Amino acid sequence: MGDMNSIGVSVKRKEDYRFLTGAGTYTDDVTLPHQSYAAFVRSPHAHAKVKSIRKDKALKAPGVVAIFTGEDLAAAKVGGLPCGWLITDVNAQPMKEPAHPCMAQGKVCHIGDQVAVVIAETYDQARDAAELVEVDYEVLPAVVDVVSALKQGAPVIHDAAPGNSCYVWALGDKGAVDKAMAAAAHVTKLEFVNNRLIPNAIEPRAVNASYARHDESYTLYVANQNPHVERLLMTAFVLGLPEQKVRVIAPDVGGGFGSKIFLYAEDVVLTWASKQVNRPIKWTAERSESFMSDAHGRDHVTTAELALDKDGKFLAMRVRTAAAMGAYLSTFASSVPTILYATLLAGQYTTPAIYAEVTGVFTNTVPVDAYRGAGRPEATYVVERLVETAAREMKLDPAEIRRRNFIKTFPYQTPVALQYDIGDYEATLAEAMKIADVAGFPARRAEAAKRGKKRGLGYSCYIEACGLAPSSIAGALGARAGLFESGEVRVHPTGKVTVFTGSHSHGQGHETTFAQVVASRLGIPVDDVDVVHGDTGRIAFGMGTYGSRSLAVGGTAIVKALDKVVNKGKKIAAHLLEASDTDIEFKDGVFTVAGTDKAVPFGAVALTAYVPHNYPHDKLEPGLNEQAFYDPTNFTFPAGSHICEVEIDPDTGITKVVNFTAVDDFGNIVNPMIVEGQVHGGLTQGIGQALTEGCVYDKESGQLMTGSYLDYCMPRADDVPSYKVGTKVTACTHNPLGVKGCGEAGAIGSPPALINAITDALGIREIEMPATPERVWRAANSNKKA
Amino acid sequence: MKISMTVNGKPVSAEVEARTLLVTFIRENLRLTGTHVGCDTSQCGACTIHLNGRAVKSCNILAMQAEGADIVTIEGLAKADGTLHPMQEAFREHHGLQCGFCTPGMVMSAVDLVKNHPNPSEETIRAELDGNLCRCTGYHNIVKAVKAASAKM
Repeated sequence: MGDMNSIGVSVKRKEDYRFLTGAGTYTDDVTLPHQSYAAFVRSPHAHAKVKSIRKDKALKAPGVVAIFTGEDLAAAKVGGLPCGWLITDVNAQPMKEPAHPCMAQGKVCHIGDQVAVVIAETYDQARDAAELVEVDYEVLPAVVDVVSALKQGAPVIHDAAPGNSCYVWALGDKGAVDKAMAAAAHVTKLEFVNNRLIPNAIEPRAVNASYARHDESYTLYVANQNPHVERLLMTAFVLGLPEQKVRVIAPDVGGGFGSKIFLYAEDVVLTWASKQVNRPIKWTAERSESFMSDAHGRDHVTTAELALDKDGKFLAMRVRTAAAMGAYLSTFASSVPTILYATLLAGQYTTPAIYAEVTGVFTNTVPVDAYRGAGRPEATYVVERLVETAAREMKLDPAEIRRRNFIKTFPYQTPVALQYDIGDYEATLAEAMKIADVAGFPARRAEAAKRGKKRGLGYSCYIEACGLAPSSIAGALGARAGLFESGEVRVHPTGKVTVFTGSHSHGQGHETTFAQVVASRLGIPVDDVDVVHGDTGRIAFGMGTYGSRSLAVGGTAIVKALDKVVNKGKKIAAHLLEASDTDIEFKDGVFTVAGTDKAVPFGAVALTAYVPHNYPHDKLEPGLNEQAFYDPTNFTFPAGSHICEVEIDPDTGITKVVNFTAVDDFGNIVNPMIVEGQVHGGLTQGIGQALTEGCVYDKESGQLMTGSYLDYCMPRADDVPSYKVGTKVTACTHNPLGVKGCGEAGAIGSPPALINAITDALGIREIEMPATPERVWRAANSNKKA
Repeated sequence: MKISMTVNGKPVSAEVEARTLLVTFIRENLRLTGTHVGCDTSQCGACTIHLNGRAVKSCNILAMQAEGADIVTIEGLAKADGTLHPMQEAFREHHGLQCGFCTPGMVMSAVDLVKNHPNPSEETIRAELDGNLCRCTGYHNIVKAVKAASAKM
């Protein structure tokens, strides 16, 4: 039965056949009887008063069923969208939380803000009629970048947030940092922008909401990463509906990367409107709508300083960041540049004193929230750009300066609130350097120089906090939700198993990885285990998938449920084998009486649980179906080393990533194939941030200049290399699987590695992301007089 | 207006508006929802199908322009008994898909790619796939899958 243990095996994915044959069911694929379709009227202005909305022409258009505006929502007492994390500022005051209406209440605050919804018999009719809705705007001055928004005299977006400040928040010992900075042998200072990104899951957001009059219930299909959270927020905080009357189904979801965590206005509007029109209503974003309504990521302006002693030992770090919130607070917006950012500024290093101050800023832009990495890529960019720059300034080898400062003993308490349980940073760096053939780099650089090309090498040693999160700690930090996970293991009479998880898979392959965990523990084939996710009607509860938490938290909940299954199985086996419970062992799918050959297989125990003729009814209930909730005791700390080698053509400014090596420590690995795939995808998104992607708003008009794939440069197959990936394992000490999470690492570690490589190649100190050919060409040729 | 064509080996016909896109016809009229829509500027390639043997972005052509055409969608690629096409099998074997949304278009493009370039280099595969966006895989395993499939097609 040893072959039943598939932990560490690249089992091919159970979900693939349906995706490869067109049998996946995404939200837009669901069409219900009597289906109607919605189109939203959106603001063409970044900031404007809505003076009037005239619906009469649109209402007469063919096929129109109904048109609703913010006025209708207000009359029905539909609330605004809530923010799930309260940040308390440096003066112990709560952050400013301006109203976030689902459709405009007299004012629009960003391009794409919802103004009205048109419901019609077909998509085309809804879109045609939406163009006939006449909105009279009084355009107001707009401000789209954080620096301008904080200036005196800047247009004020919300009366509730004077000066456009949501909060000024700080973490760390300012006094200790100031003192260390003043006394340091060397201080490296950088100022930079962490560019605004648009997540761009290839499946656009979609909603299909319906209402059943007979029992006053709602069913919502939605492209979402956490259906129970969606339901809780919507019912308890916005619509005031009984939670049990709303079923949220997130079926196959075509990528999320954070952008499908949040409760969006369209979800609320369609759910509410489905009752008004008493029909199912479907809305699927056009890509241009995705650009102007999916929560964006990053958008920081930062000044950062690193103090070092004469030997390159880090003494202190000081970071000041202005972080865009966008026009309104999205679901977890406030936590991303604070709790998920400043706490990571220790990186892999023993820097004894760290102080970070973050100003959350409202701008007339799409709300900003978690996007793959969420705060941790921004922190890693700060740390790893500082470290590499300091090494160059002090003429130290960039690998050596890192080694001198690595944390080497665990557990390690950082000065920014986290306690790392385990890691081996020297080992990941050494392995990465070996795979990247750093030793051979000088020769490759010289060879490239002969061809007129400039080669550069850049490092990044990142850490992230995943496995979100211990609820009590998160609560103390302002979270308005718990961060546990649930799992249910339903053993059927035949010994086959269905697992119900509150985690949600939108590409991560949980149907396979979780099945491997269950099959290995129960000693049954992977094919005997099916995993169900994404449906509040079938799964008890769940906090969903984000922050690389699914296996560490969701997987652990399943393991806890499996422990209960095995414990009950032992009691049944003891009865069948006429032995004591305590003498029963379970291994490789067989219950045995220790030290004897008396045994009963798992399947027979399952059957007995459901056909309890010979059964200890006085001690045990029939059935074999167990549920567990797991609240983690700490974050997990995946960490790794990325090494990027670029070759730049100084004549064109084109940067080619010629080698990219990532060696990561994700703890134990269940399915290496899936883990590598997660790394490849993350790296490409990180390379996208560093080289090609950047959201641009026009500073004068507030218009979104990058509103389509023609303007927003997504990495394509010929923009990226094949990757070299490796792993080192230190098992997480506080969950039974010893796993840490792998979903975000690639996007966290890679941008500074790439920028460090480009600055190395060009012998420059800084270059702004994305390092487009134009920027690189200008940097490469800046010493030449025009 | 009335249109007729062959889709996955079966004759189909329907009344559509002149402005109906081929992808809308496939998804909404025929309910073949394996063909996806990921953008509105014909950049992402999720809607790629085969029209008279060529890979075509079905969001970029009107249904009426496909009058009389022979269309194959992702649903028509595997054998009738369910056996996967070598390209589908290679994507499964090499983990060339994650969320699955770009996958039908990517597979249809890749089949055409190998038809035009029977033994493609990595460089050729990457260049030829630049009309198809994938946000999950970083393309690494897609490239491996296409290369592997090319040896079996």
